[in-house]
Amino acid sequence: MALTSRAALFTLASVLNFKLISFAAALALSGAVALAEMPKRVVSMNLCTDQLAMMLAGPGQLISVSHLAADPRSSALADEAAGYVLNHGRAEEIYLMRPDLVISSSFSSRTTLDMLARLDIPVAVLEPAYSLEDVRARLLQMGDLLGRSSVAEDMVAEFDARLAELRMTGNTRPSAAIYHANGYISGKHSLSGQIIDAAGFDNAAVEAGVAMGGFLPLELLAMLDPDALILGRRYRGASRSEEILDHPVVQKLREGRASGAITDRDWVCGTPHVLRAIESLGALRAEIVEP
Amino acid sequence: MTRLAAALLAFLTLLFGIALCVGPAQITPLESLYALLFGGDGPATLVMREIRLPRALLAVMVGGSLGLAGAAMQGYLRNPLAEPGLIGVSSSAALGAVLAIQTGLAASVAFALPAMALIGAVIGVLLVIALAGPRGSSLTLILAGIAISALASALISLVLNLSPNPYAASEIVFWMMGSLADRSMSHVWIAVPFMAVGLAVLLSLGRGLDALTLGEDAASALGIRLSRLRLFLVFGTACVVGAGTAVAGTIGFVGLVVPHILRPLVGAQPSRLLWASALGGAIMVLAADILVRVILPERDLKLGVVTALVGAPLFLHLIYKTRRQLG
Amino acid sequence: MSLLSVQNLSVNLRKRPVLRDVSFEVGAGECVGLLGPNGAGKSTLMRACLGLIAAEGISTLAQMPADKRARLAAWLPQNHEIAWPVSVETLVMLGRLPHMSAGQRPTQADKDKVDAALAALDLDGFRERIATQLSGGEQARVLIARALAQDTPLILADEPVAGLDPAHQISTMQSFANLARGGRSVIVSLHDLGLASRHCTRLILLCKGEIVADGTPAEVLTLERMAQVFGIRAYFAQTDDGPIFQPLELI
Repeated sequence: MALTSRAALFTLASVLNFKLISFAAALALSGAVALAEMPKRVVSMNLCTDQLAMMLAGPGQLISVSHLAADPRSSALADEAAGYVLNHGRAEEIYLMRPDLVISSSFSSRTTLDMLARLDIPVAVLEPAYSLEDVRARLLQMGDLLGRSSVAEDMVAEFDARLAELRMTGNTRPSAAIYHANGYISGKHSLSGQIIDAAGFDNAAVEAGVAMGGFLPLELLAMLDPDALILGRRYRGASRSEEILDHPVVQKLREGRASGAITDRDWVCGTPHVLRAIESLGALRAEIVEP
Repeated sequence: MTRLAAALLAFLTLLFGIALCVGPAQITPLESLYALLFGGDGPATLVMREIRLPRALLAVMVGGSLGLAGAAMQGYLRNPLAEPGLIGVSSSAALGAVLAIQTGLAASVAFALPAMALIGAVIGVLLVIALAGPRGSSLTLILAGIAISALASALISLVLNLSPNPYAASEIVFWMMGSLADRSMSHVWIAVPFMAVGLAVLLSLGRGLDALTLGEDAASALGIRLSRLRLFLVFGTACVVGAGTAVAGTIGFVGLVVPHILRPLVGAQPSRLLWASALGGAIMVLAADILVRVILPERDLKLGVVTALVGAPLFLHLIYKTRRQLG
Repeated sequence: MSLLSVQNLSVNLRKRPVLRDVSFEVGAGECVGLLGPNGAGKSTLMRACLGLIAAEGISTLAQMPADKRARLAAWLPQNHEIAWPVSVETLVMLGRLPHMSAGQRPTQADKDKVDAALAALDLDGFRERIATQLSGGEQARVLIARALAQDTPLILADEPVAGLDPAHQISTMQSFANLARGGRSVIVSLHDLGLASRHCTRLILLCKGEIVADGTPAEVLTLERMAQVFGIRAYFAQTDDGPIFQPLELI
């Protein structure tokens, strides 16, 4: 009995803690400039915040990024990341770095964030980007956090200009599906959905009633019969989940028509690198529209 | 062939037809069968020939294998609780399959997948027989099964967690509960040879299993060579369970439920129970696979969930019935 | 004609000698009672004769291939194992296995043998009954019928009458004696010396793994030997009703 109530209290405490973190994040986001003090030892523990931080941080300001940032498969800035201490998202190692700001994503382990909060380390939590608009917002947020708003604003302006150049506005919009391991399809309201939208494709997932993203049985993909099929990236090592990308149906859907593959480093994070993904799709679209 | 065989076959055929017509894609049964038989350029042909047909075929093959393996193991151990899933043979096979995939062997040689699963299953069966003894009492049998399952499952989790592939760890569920989603004809082809051999070997054991009704001594005095029988049983079971697990994961309780239901209908004769359970197992898995597609058409509800929902209560009932022997 | 010839048969179980240099021969038309106190090695001797356990020495049956042996000798083990709820008829039909090739259905001849075996054990009305639901004694009779249905020149039975009521003890022993009169032979182990003296043509007395006596009941069941082997005093007489043997008291 005593144990149960203690457990309940503990759960309650962690919920409260979580709220505190969000509050701290909000505070950090809005108050960084007001404090007029730039953080000097920043640790980022998420692949996407890693890349934003590396793009925006001043010299010596960022001390550590996550180990994924150094993997060229997932990171657009792998070479650059090699110059930082790599962390594995564990509270202990991060604490020992004595950071004055930790930047993480809402995908990061909650228990780790709780632990850091209990250790009185300021933690900022950034939402992942689900749209191109989010990319701009994250750049600005990161700029605020690091006390480098003006650099961020310049970068956003550059991003807007380049996006305007790349955005396809023609009336011919071929359909495309972005299909991943385990039959996951990216919907319109996802970053990759927005990428193909900007590149002038209609997302076939919409027809299947998938908005954000979800599992689409192979049968339904076959029935959608999209003009282009963009396959999720494969990871190192083998898995059963990725077998679906070799399924005869997927092969048939790719045969004799435009198909592409996602390169994670340009697709997965809301950074200006998504522009490269949009650009690369231009060629794919041209194959379909102007054979 | 008896009336029972005819009835089972008729039911199986009916379910096979239904299985071909059930799926998330909105295709009418008539269209489906036309597309399956005569083809055409539309996506319906693709769906029928590359998705639903292999899925239905695999359900029949895997179910038949599990039913047959259950009946054979029960006949040999003279224990109605002997079931490939419960006694750890399926988990051992799954471990073999996981190793084949994770070492990259399965990618370079397609047959490595069922072959490794077969090796895993052989080790599993040998361990069970060694631990439970020739006349497996329920208690030792189930305890041996728990130990082997636990070890194999732990090793599966370990291998998948060590994999550099981020999807691997989430596949533990598949290997524990089994699924026929997104299988293709290539899975049918790699499983067929192993299952055919296993089927032939296990069906040939009927005579020996019948004789074992009288115990080991009496059976060998009836001219049954027990060491040969044991060898064939281990090899045959490993063939069918290994190949089935390699393509569909661990689907539990089929080998328990099916022989239990059919035993009274074949006069409890182990030899007649073999083919009856093969047909019954095919029916059970095919029905379960139709059910998972009807209940949650857009999601991959694991087959083992359905078979366990049917099988686990029966298992409890059987334990209750044999608890004096267990004590 | 010799059905079984055993020479210098020795068995060690867990390094302990259980049988030592046992030799005997069984010809046609004999009903051999195998006697001896608990642990004398009766079961071990029969199993070693059949080649079911490893033994040193020679047993003609043990040297045969299993399928040939099964057509020459039937074996009725002591533990009455019936693993599945099969019908009595199905169970007795198992005795016909050695005479059928794989997958073959029973012929009329097989069915006739089964009928005869059921009749001999007074089991006609039990044909459709589930064997596992019968009483212990009934199960014992069903298993004897199974051994009879095997229709072999030699039957080895390990305590077949244990647990039977007096009437069925007598009828079972009579059917063994009848087989012997018909030219077949039976080796039957038993503890009831009275039954043995009345129905067996020959007795083999085992003690501590060795044969201490082998001959007609009158030759074997002497008062000194009963005292020496079993530690009992007994009454044994030839009467108009045949031989009567009655153990009386411990010495």
